[in-house]
Amino acid sequence: MFKGTFSADKNKAIPGFGLSFGITFAMVGFVVLVPLASIPLMFDGYSFKDFWETIADKQAVYAYVVSFSCAAFASGVNLFFGIVLAWILVRYNFPFKRLLDGMIELPFALPTSVAGISLTALYSDKGLIGGLFNMAGIKISYTPAGIVVSMIFVGIPFVVRSIQPVLEKLDRHYEEAAQIMGADSTHIFFKVIFPEIFPAAISGFGMAFARSLGEYGSVVFISGNIPYKTQTLSLVVMNKLEQFNYPGAASIALVMLAAASFVLCLSHILQIKRK
Amino acid sequence: MKESGFVRQKIFLKFKKSIFAIVLFFCAFFYAGCPQIKFYGKNENSISITNVSYDATREFYNQYNEMFSEYWEEKYGQKIKIIQSHGGSGMQSMSVLEGNEADVVSLAVESDIERLSKAGLANKNWKTNFPNDSSPYTSTIVFLVRKGNPKRIKDWSDIIKNGIEIITPNPKSSGGARWNFLAAWAFAQEKYNGDEEKSIAFLKNLYSNVKVLNSGARSALTTFVGQGQGDVLIAWENEAFFILKERPEEFEMVIPSISIIARPCVAEVTAYSQKHGTRKAAKEYLEYLYSDEAQRIMAKNYFRPSNAEILKEYEYVFNLDIKLVEASKFGNWDEINKKFFADGAIFDNFYN
Repeated sequence: MFKGTFSADKNKAIPGFGLSFGITFAMVGFVVLVPLASIPLMFDGYSFKDFWETIADKQAVYAYVVSFSCAAFASGVNLFFGIVLAWILVRYNFPFKRLLDGMIELPFALPTSVAGISLTALYSDKGLIGGLFNMAGIKISYTPAGIVVSMIFVGIPFVVRSIQPVLEKLDRHYEEAAQIMGADSTHIFFKVIFPEIFPAAISGFGMAFARSLGEYGSVVFISGNIPYKTQTLSLVVMNKLEQFNYPGAASIALVMLAAASFVLCLSHILQIKRK
Repeated sequence: MKESGFVRQKIFLKFKKSIFAIVLFFCAFFYAGCPQIKFYGKNENSISITNVSYDATREFYNQYNEMFSEYWEEKYGQKIKIIQSHGGSGMQSMSVLEGNEADVVSLAVESDIERLSKAGLANKNWKTNFPNDSSPYTSTIVFLVRKGNPKRIKDWSDIIKNGIEIITPNPKSSGGARWNFLAAWAFAQEKYNGDEEKSIAFLKNLYSNVKVLNSGARSALTTFVGQGQGDVLIAWENEAFFILKERPEEFEMVIPSISIIARPCVAEVTAYSQKHGTRKAAKEYLEYLYSDEAQRIMAKNYFRPSNAEILKEYEYVFNLDIKLVEASKFGNWDEINKKFFADGAIFDNFYN
């Protein structure tokens, strides 16, 4: 009766569909769905007017501008460098390639606060890299540029790791065919390779954007946290939490959640359309 | 009828394993939460209490805990273990409210404990349970500047000048930073004879010079000392002393003409100490803070002891001529928070 919908092939490598389905379901429920669904529970005694006033507050609006523009910029940079990085990792051989390949994932593994502290020190006007920029009159730590730097850091693995497998599987015969037919290298890239990796690139971009939008651990160190200038959304949420304004914090969080879901949905739709 | 029952049974069989897995998952969750319980409370020959405190007391309580456990063991022949936790005062108070089962709290601002009492976790009259409004020591707010004081900073009026870069944490998220704000407010009120608008303008100027608004006192310290940012750090007196001790070649302390008398407080979290059966230990732990030995350890850690005689012994350390203003001059903490730090209040309007 349930064949085809729920039952599984008895000869699958991992047996026990029921067991694994149960574990998966409980896992996703406890760790993702229930916590997300409980956000609205925080709005106890909070009217829609309060909600609107919180999310349309001037300080919050400026924080949207800071967070969204920095996240978009950082993900844009990541998109470009992510494609280049994935390209050289797949297509070329060079010393320490495996080491570089492994290092891409470091931002996943490193606690973001550790990353934040070292990025801040490096990019401050007294730091190793920031000092060079400071000579040209550019300040990075404690400005929006600093926020972008830390967002690039947390976002880069998403783009590289989305594109890499697609590039690896890409049949080189297409490129050869294009070459034989007289296409030059720019043509080959934009007409043959790019359309193939585009969906993966968009998905990487979407994930990097959603991830950097909510980034707190590293951004809190490198940003100056000045309202209307370098205060990010995650910091506004923290400020509200520390004043025990749970519904206020949940309101902003809901806006961030909606924005992140929107971007992720959009990237999925784009991918489906490409197919 | 019979068939549908059969189908139902079949479905049950099919999902038996799923249900089993879900139940197992539940158990794992609760089991993971269980072992903590064993940490707390009584055991015949040893007892443990948890003290949830704020950032600046780390070094002091490390020494005090050792002293207290010796005292306790001598008195009752029982071992006592004190679990210590530090962080931003507001966050620490929040964690206790959310179920971090502290037996005692020692926090930077009264309102962080008041919140626990309102939630029924601490006594209603916690403030009168121990001497001096339950604050065993006081502290104040001073300036930390770079060696040689290159910007010639002497008082609050110097740091609002153009081109001075200030480091201070955000008073909305940091308890210590509220004292910073009130110290500047005390100066402005005195300077302008209590004129509200001029005082607000003064504070606005001050905060427009703030280069980095860290979320807590310790991270502001890191920004100033570690990253070399800013000309002046508005800091806890004890933290400034601590830095001077560690790095005397690089920094100087400047004492402003007026500052605030900061009163961090302690309280027993009766709801939890009762649950853990540690009421007696919790009470004595806080009482012993007022003993002469403990007061001297405080002074050695640069907190101003509440015992006037012991404070006198250390007058070569502390500047006792500084004019210190009580925060109560500006209202109780509910009023202060509402007036200055709530969403849309005076502090928020500086940035409008």
